[in-house]
Amino acid sequence: MTRGICIAALVGNPNAGKSALFNALTGARQKIANYPGVTVERKAGRMLLPSGEPVELVDLPGSYGLSPTSPDEEVTRKVIMGEQPGQGQPEVLVLVLDASNLEQHLVFAQEVIELGRPTVVALNMVDLAERDGLVLDAMALQQALGVAVIPTVAVRRRGLTELAAAIAEARGRTGAPVEPRPHVNGPERRMLAHAIADGAILSETKRHRLHARMDRVLLHPWLGPPILLALLFLVFQAVFSGAAPFADGLTAIVTALEDFARAQLPAGLPRDLLTDGILAGVGSVIVFLPQILILFFFILTMEATGYMARAAFLMDRLMASVGLSGRSFIPLLSSFACAIPGIMATRSIADPKDRLTTILIAPLMTCSARLPVYAVIIAAFIPNRPVGPGGLIGLQGLVLLGLYLFGVVGAMAVAMVLRRSITKGAASGFIMELPKYQLPTVKDLALGLFQRAWIFLRRAGTMIFTVTVVLWLLLNFPRAAPGQDQVDASIAGHLANGLAVVIEPIGFNRDIALALIPAMAAREVAVSSLATTYAVSNPDENAVARQLGAQLKSHWSLPTALAFLAWFVFAPQCLSTIAVARRETNGWKWPGFMLAYLFLLAYVAAGLTYWTAMALGLG
Amino acid sequence: MVVTLDQIPLGQLARITAVDWTALVPEEGQRLRALGIDTGAKVRLAYRGVLAGRDPLAIEVGRMTVALRRVHARAMQVEAPVDEPTA
Repeated sequence: MTRGICIAALVGNPNAGKSALFNALTGARQKIANYPGVTVERKAGRMLLPSGEPVELVDLPGSYGLSPTSPDEEVTRKVIMGEQPGQGQPEVLVLVLDASNLEQHLVFAQEVIELGRPTVVALNMVDLAERDGLVLDAMALQQALGVAVIPTVAVRRRGLTELAAAIAEARGRTGAPVEPRPHVNGPERRMLAHAIADGAILSETKRHRLHARMDRVLLHPWLGPPILLALLFLVFQAVFSGAAPFADGLTAIVTALEDFARAQLPAGLPRDLLTDGILAGVGSVIVFLPQILILFFFILTMEATGYMARAAFLMDRLMASVGLSGRSFIPLLSSFACAIPGIMATRSIADPKDRLTTILIAPLMTCSARLPVYAVIIAAFIPNRPVGPGGLIGLQGLVLLGLYLFGVVGAMAVAMVLRRSITKGAASGFIMELPKYQLPTVKDLALGLFQRAWIFLRRAGTMIFTVTVVLWLLLNFPRAAPGQDQVDASIAGHLANGLAVVIEPIGFNRDIALALIPAMAAREVAVSSLATTYAVSNPDENAVARQLGAQLKSHWSLPTALAFLAWFVFAPQCLSTIAVARRETNGWKWPGFMLAYLFLLAYVAAGLTYWTAMALGLG
Repeated sequence: MVVTLDQIPLGQLARITAVDWTALVPEEGQRLRALGIDTGAKVRLAYRGVLAGRDPLAIEVGRMTVALRRVHARAMQVEAPVDEPTA
């Protein structure tokens, strides 16, 4: 104990409603961090006992038992045993049980109670059990288990006061010496769990449960997949069209700040650092916030309602064909907005090799940062003429769709190769509980959204800040002699000269090399640096795009433009992604590998595109 | 004839009579046991995937629905339970 404050921990199976209970007990006063050395999230918050005394409540990862099968379960076991570095042993354990799944949850519960630590049981989601025709006797359960049992409905805030009182009381009790039964094995616990659960049932009416009825449609072999596709289409539509006004608003604010700084500060290097380095860099990150929030709104809703597990079920077969499982679907879906939250979402994948493979292919999902680059090039080089049956589809849209598919197909191919070579291992399985459907609460959704947004801003923000400052220094030092161009004199200029030699064979010129260097910070920076190179400047963004397009057309050939598009499908031009991959894999080895293989693929893809286009006489 | 869990018709209630744990990765075996999918458990084959191979499967065990792959189900021998009518 370091701070002398009482620590309590929420323990229970996955899907017991622990997080909802945690939110209800602690409100918005939460701290989210990682346990040291592992990528397991530590959630802690303050709750108050009836006496007004604060308690630090820790939400432990969901577990099926005290013998760990995943890093999550390992952390849960260590915290309960008081062996987790940097985490005091909880004085009180709050066991969270799903009322309608007692015979299952009581297996782990027995293991925990047998430890003899002060324990309180929260019999959670009693309302859902009653909806399904199951009425339970908490007193009978209390007698069978020998610890206090409090019925709760976390999302309706029922039973919270009683639970707080029970925690206070359990804490005062010195751990009653429970008869240790170390020889009791799994099957015996299971039989006992059945007996205890049966004994606690007051009445049970056989009723067609709501979730079974919904699954009959949503998991239907022919109806389920089209419903999922329609839903995904809706999500993408909302992400791409719904976010635009907000993103424009944020850009306008940052631009206004830059203008304000320019007007107020004397011209010079410090001012340029502030406007062109810091503000431009921060602006390039927060412009993605609206998209990420919208995407996460859908992902959190799908998770909270229980549909996400069904989506994983429906996608599993497809993912299995490249050696992954349905669990990789959620991270890859997130990566269409931004690979950073996508890579962070891989934590739910238990198999380490599955998880690593998913992290490595996440940057191939076409993230929103590629859109501005694609948009400028496509508008300049691809004629806007209708194609296909009835001329319903425009050629420009078709090329954009093709670039998305190119990324997905590339990712699948890479996964297949990796799973047969570098991340080879036992065929990954897919065992997943499909939780009951429920209506999410606005508060839980809002809290989740806020937390994800904050994590994104903090991680991406600090990283991009550092990178933009370093890039700015590279572009501005050493200072140019009078009459010499600053870019030519800078370190970045010299780097571009070297780079140009390497990328000449794939049809890229020195202007492109110069754009690719700052675009390491974020892909869309390529657009603004090309604009700088071709001396396009106009306060109106759309005008910039049009003028830049005209400039590009006069400086680039069509094969070069196509190769440039192919390059951006693969190139890992996002240092924030690399930084997150380093965090999530605990080292530089895998991000290093990721950089190398993606640049190699980008080079080959751009080269093949260029040479093919030249051979076809498009140059 | 030995019938395994992947072979029974959709909606059929069955009791697991034996599990070939050696056919499964140890962690997966442990995960399945933790979910109550073990010798003696009564399960119902609830849903099947759509594409070739009809993978994955979802089974009901108790009040829970669990998704698993056909390879897992193939390691489990089942029989129709005698004490309850088949659905």
